[in-house]
Order: sequence, then structure tokens, then C-alpha cells
Amino acid sequence: MDILKFLTAGSVDDGKSTLIGRLLYDTGSVLADQLEAIQKSNRKNDDGTVDLAILTDGLKAEREQGITIDVAYKYFQTEKRKFIIADTPGHIQYTRNMVTGASNADLAIILIDARKGVIEQTIRHSYLVSLLALEHVVVCVNKMDMVDYSEEVFDKIHADYHTLATKLNIKEVTFIPVSALRGDNIVFNSEAMPWYKGKNLLEHLETVPVHEIDSLLPARMAVQWVVRPQTDALHDYRGYAGRVLSGAFKLGDVVKVYPSGTSSKISKLETFDGDLQIAEEGKSITLHLEGEIDISRGDMIGEIERAPIVASQIEADICWMDTRELDTSATYFIQHQSKVTRCKIKEVLYKVNINTLEKVNADTFGLNDIGRVEIKTADELAFDPYEINKRNGGAIIIDSRTNVTVGALMLRAAL
Amino acid sequence: MDYLDQLEAEAIAILREVAGQFEKPALLFSGGKDSITLVRLAEKAFRPGKFPFPLVHVDTGHNFPEVIEFRDKLVEKIGEKLIIGHVQDAIDSGKVIEQKGKNASRNALQTVTLLETIEKNQFDACIGGARRDEEKARAKERIFSVRDEFGQWDPKRQRPELWNTFNGKIHKGENVRVFPISNWTELDVWNYIKRENIEIPSIYYSHEREVIERNGVLMAAHEFLNMDADDIVQTKSVRFRTVGDMTCTAAVESVKTEIDDIILEISQSKISERGARMDDKVSEAAMEDRKKGGYF
Ligand SMILES: Nc1nc2c(ncn2[C@@H]2O[C@H](COP(=O)(O)OP(=O)(O)O)[C@@H](O)[C@H]2O)c(=O)[nH]1
Ligand SMILES: [Mg+2]
Repeated sequence: MDILKFLTAGSVDDGKSTLIGRLLYDTGSVLADQLEAIQKSNRKNDDGTVDLAILTDGLKAEREQGITIDVAYKYFQTEKRKFIIADTPGHIQYTRNMVTGASNADLAIILIDARKGVIEQTIRHSYLVSLLALEHVVVCVNKMDMVDYSEEVFDKIHADYHTLATKLNIKEVTFIPVSALRGDNIVFNSEAMPWYKGKNLLEHLETVPVHEIDSLLPARMAVQWVVRPQTDALHDYRGYAGRVLSGAFKLGDVVKVYPSGTSSKISKLETFDGDLQIAEEGKSITLHLEGEIDISRGDMIGEIERAPIVASQIEADICWMDTRELDTSATYFIQHQSKVTRCKIKEVLYKVNINTLEKVNADTFGLNDIGRVEIKTADELAFDPYEINKRNGGAIIIDSRTNVTVGALMLRAAL
Repeated sequence: MDYLDQLEAEAIAILREVAGQFEKPALLFSGGKDSITLVRLAEKAFRPGKFPFPLVHVDTGHNFPEVIEFRDKLVEKIGEKLIIGHVQDAIDSGKVIEQKGKNASRNALQTVTLLETIEKNQFDACIGGARRDEEKARAKERIFSVRDEFGQWDPKRQRPELWNTFNGKIHKGENVRVFPISNWTELDVWNYIKRENIEIPSIYYSHEREVIERNGVLMAAHEFLNMDADDIVQTKSVRFRTVGDMTCTAAVESVKTEIDDIILEISQSKISERGARMDDKVSEAAMEDRKKGGYF
């Protein structure tokens, strides 16, 4: 059994929370006391049935306003998979929270209200999904019950979205007509839509392949911590602890330490449960190298053949996440994997109007603005272009005055 | 990768980030299954080295004796440091006032001792075993959750948290609560304990115990619990799904003594783990309010 992480995106009232509630409810993942708690709540649907959205809206302010403000994580499992859902807010004001939810997801469910079709928000959400390079997209055309379960309505939205996906370079899209409220095509096939021959949502989620390409990516591991017991028995022990970000390391491989460029041979791939011959993507290990080399937290161990880009002048896409505008004269921190160094965002190349996808001129970025920038870092970073290897292509910007995370970076190239 | 391997690798990476980013971290150890799991994960993250943090236990004085005994044995076995903060000290010095009445519990008083222990030892990061599936306010919390000088969580001002990049930068006086098993469910923890053969306190397994029924749940009949004539003491075969203060942790009737049976029982159970805790029953926002006030 493996894990699928997905998020739901859509604008306010498209039915994200209801859809998740429905998935949990129909898979028997809602427990008696939770159900009792929501039945006691005074948030009800118009027909008096319980509002399944309450299952995910966890904050007082959210329940009061009836909207989702921050990402809520929900868990359920079937015999095939464990699922981690990020229920993300649809409102433009909370775009940064959606980006948070999307950054770790393998798949995005984009909800479209059947009555409204593809709207500006759909474009914005789809743009974010393509920017963060999610592997899979599922478009759920929701509230089909309100358009008489019409195949024409569905086909029209299908065609419209297809055009958008092509423009955004989103490769894999699956379309499913659903009613989250009534449970059509969520966990059970809809009797009201016999014309739909595809999988229902749960079947799709249970079978979609994940992490398929990862084994083909170059081997990378950021050193998080140097294990040095410094006891008499383990006097010379030095192990480099980290997680294999992508690809695989094999015992005996000659690797390089970036940015220094020193090379050495892997003498041991250690774990608490025994040594490995091969350590693959996702595994947390302690790696040992031959000879005495100077390695510390923040260094990147990687393949020699397919080396990462090592640079201090970098072009990147940025999503600005702070109410305070980007200041091109200020010094920020940049955190890439375990490396933290100072940086300046020297130039704004353009901003993207995320509702129309046009590139526009800009000098700075405000909350939720997205676009392309040039960065100068104090120390060199060893990264891969985000679109090729997102496991080593993302970084964050931290305001050095407030310590708050103010930007998400998708690193693209050296300048 | 198998889901337990995936969860394990993620948790180890988070623990190593704590080690790398903070000067004085601590692992909050309750003696419950979640924090015992954290200890195993820390062994996986740092052995053959020592843990780069001590274990910290906030002792309400109303703990199950089996749990305290277990704690001391575990600490000795792993050879790590244990720091204990006593709620009794805060009561004796008048910093907190013991609750009165039938449902009196020291659970809420823990926060004061926790914050004092953090301040006294100048901990800048506290690792905890909270999981997002426990409760809906927890479902919202980041893995690195910044708390202000008063330990408060501000749900509206959470930092964006992207990929597996955790921003642990803080100002003096602030600290970060870190939750490495955020993405684990109760069932995942049990399956992991089984797979790893992890020892846990005996009260998790079924045993005969004197209990009383109150507000629809079973409570251990014990000197710490305020009882009166209405409370009828009976002996039942029970086990505990969570380990907290004796006065706020309810038992479930069970005759299961093998971990496999317990896993089966939990996966079929119709009540959630936190449903067995009185402290969350008070209101729909009980946990959110406690977290805002500095609770774990
Ligand atoms: N008729 C109908 N109403 C729906 C459907 N899905 C959601 N709704 C309703 O739409 C409203 C907004 O749903 P909610 O899940 O809170 O939307 P969110 O803002 O995207 O999380 C609620 O009143 C739901 O009951 C559906 O499939 N059909
Ligand atoms: Mg919602």
C-alpha cells in the first residue's frame, strides 16, 4: 500500500469541502462521535441534511464565516491506498495557503461548478497547479444535479478546460461529472449519468500511478546533519544524514559534493535497520564517504554525470506570500533544502496576470503575485530546474526582519 | 515505497531538520504511544550518535503509575537525558489553582508548567507527537508551528510551508512546536508499533480495572478522581487508547491483549481516539482554544 497526496481546488462554494466530506462519509471514514458532533452543529443544508463541509472546516472563524481559510489535512484509507487530502481555500486572498497545500501534492482535483463552467478562478488554480508541476489533474464537474445531469453541459466544460490545459502545458487531465452533495460518481457510480463510462473519483484516486518518473531522476541528497558520536569506540565515525531527494545512490558510487566539487566514493549506506546496497528516492539514510572530506549541513551530495546547476545568479518564478511588498533593495534569506544563505531579489522580469495568463511589466510584487525574477545569493546553491526535478528545484524566501516565509521559488536556470 | 516507510522517512527528515536548525530543542515525552514512537524515530535519525535533545516530561502528578515506570525504564534503556516539569510545583507556588468539583482535572494546568519548563531551559523547539487526524484544529496546524513568547498559536498567521522546506527562524523568546508524525493516523501508529516491535505501557492492553461510568465514558476509579455516592465502582476488562492524566483519559471496554486484535478493533471502532478524552468534549473549539493558549 502506498500514499497518494492530493488537494482540492475551486472557488468559494464550488463544493470542495462537501466533496471531501462525501469521500470520507461514503468510504466509512467518519466516526460516530464526529458524526454526532456535526449533527449537533447548526450548519445544515437547505434540505435539512447534515452539511458535510463541517468535517473539514476546523477553525472557529471558518465555521462562523462558512468558508475555508487555511489548508486542512484529512486522512482516509481504503484497501488500495492511504490518502492525504489537503482541503485548500479557493479565495484569491488565500492563494498562499493553496500553494502550501499544492506543494506536497501528487494530484489536484479541480472543481468546476457545472452551472458556471470554466471561470477566472479555474484559470488561476490551474495555473498554480502547472506552476507547482503536479503530476496529475482531475477535473470534477460538480453540482451536476443542478443542470439535470446533462451530458452537453459536461462536454462543453470538458472542451473548454482542454483548451486551457493545453495552454498551460498540463499533460494529464481526467474529467469526471459529479454531484458532491448527492454522492454521484464520488465513491459510487451515478445512476443519473449512465452516459458517463469512466471511473468514479475514488476508483481513479485508487489506481492513478504516482512517483513513476522519480527513479529516472539524478541522485541527490542534501546533508541535514552530520552524525558524529565522538565516543572512544566510534572515534572516527562521520556519517552524513539526509533524505534521498531524487534518484538512487548505490554502494560504491562515486559522487560529488556540491558546491565544493570534491568527489568521493560511497563506502556505506547506513540505516538504523541495517546497511543498504541501494538507497532510493524518499529514503532517510546516513551516507558515508571514503577519505576525510569537509562536509557540513547545507551541502548537496549528487551524481557526477548529471550534475546539479551550481550558481549564485539565478532566474526563478516566485509566488509572493506576504502583505508587505517585495523590496528589491532588501536582503532576504533563501532556504533551499538544508542550505540557508542571504540573497537579494535584484530584478523583477515580469508579473503574470494569473486570471488571464498575460505577462505584464512590474517593479515589485504584492501578496499573491506571481512572476519571474532574478536572484543573487551570497553562497552558491546546487539545484535542478524545477520543471525537471521539482524535488530539488524549490526554495523559499524568508524576511530577515520578521522571519516569516514570504515567497516560494521555483528555480529555473543559472544566469 | 510502502506507506509506513514513507511516513517514517518523512518523520526522520523532520527530526534532523530540528537538529540542524535549532540551538536547544527538546522532545516532549508524555509516555503515550505517539511520543514513544517519536523516540524510536529519533533513534533512527541519530544513532549511533546521541539525541541532540533531551526528553521533557510534564508530570501532572496524576499520571498512571504504569506509565511513569515505563518512562523511567525507557530513558535508562536508551541512555538519554530526561527533564521533568512538575505541575505540583506550580500548584504549590500558587501559580495555578487546582480545579474543584467532580470533573476536576490537571490537564489544563499542564500548559503553565510546560511554558515554564520551556522558558527555564530556553528551549527553542519542542518536538511533539500530535497528529493531524486527532482533531480538526490540529488538522490545520503546520509541521513547524511558531509560538510566541506566551506559547500561543495564531491560526490566522501561520507561515506558508512548502515542499519539505521548514522555516525554523524565530525571534528570541519565541519557540517552534514541531510535529514529525503530523501525517500519521492512529492506525498508522499502531501498525508501526507492531512492525517495529515497540514496547508500550501495559495500560494500552486490556486488563482488569476498577472503573466508574461518567458522562457516558469509563474512567479509572482512583484517588485522583473526585468521586461521590453516585459513582458506582465496577471491575471491567478495559484498555486505554490514549495516555494522559488519569482524570481525563477514558477507558474503552476491551478484552484484547494482542496488538493484532487491537489494530482490528481500532480499524472497526466507531468512536475516534479523541472521543475518549473528556477535555475535547467541552466545546467544538476546545482544542483550538487550548492551542491558542499554549497547549501542545
Ligand atoms: N446542489 C448541489 N449543491 C452542492 C453540491 N456540492 C456542494 N453543494 C453546496 O454548495 C455549497 C458550498 O459547498 P462547500 O463544500 O462549502 O464549498 P467550498 O467553499 O468549495 O468548500 C453548500 O451549500 C453545499 O451544500 C452539489 O453537488 N450539488
Ligand atoms: Mg470549503
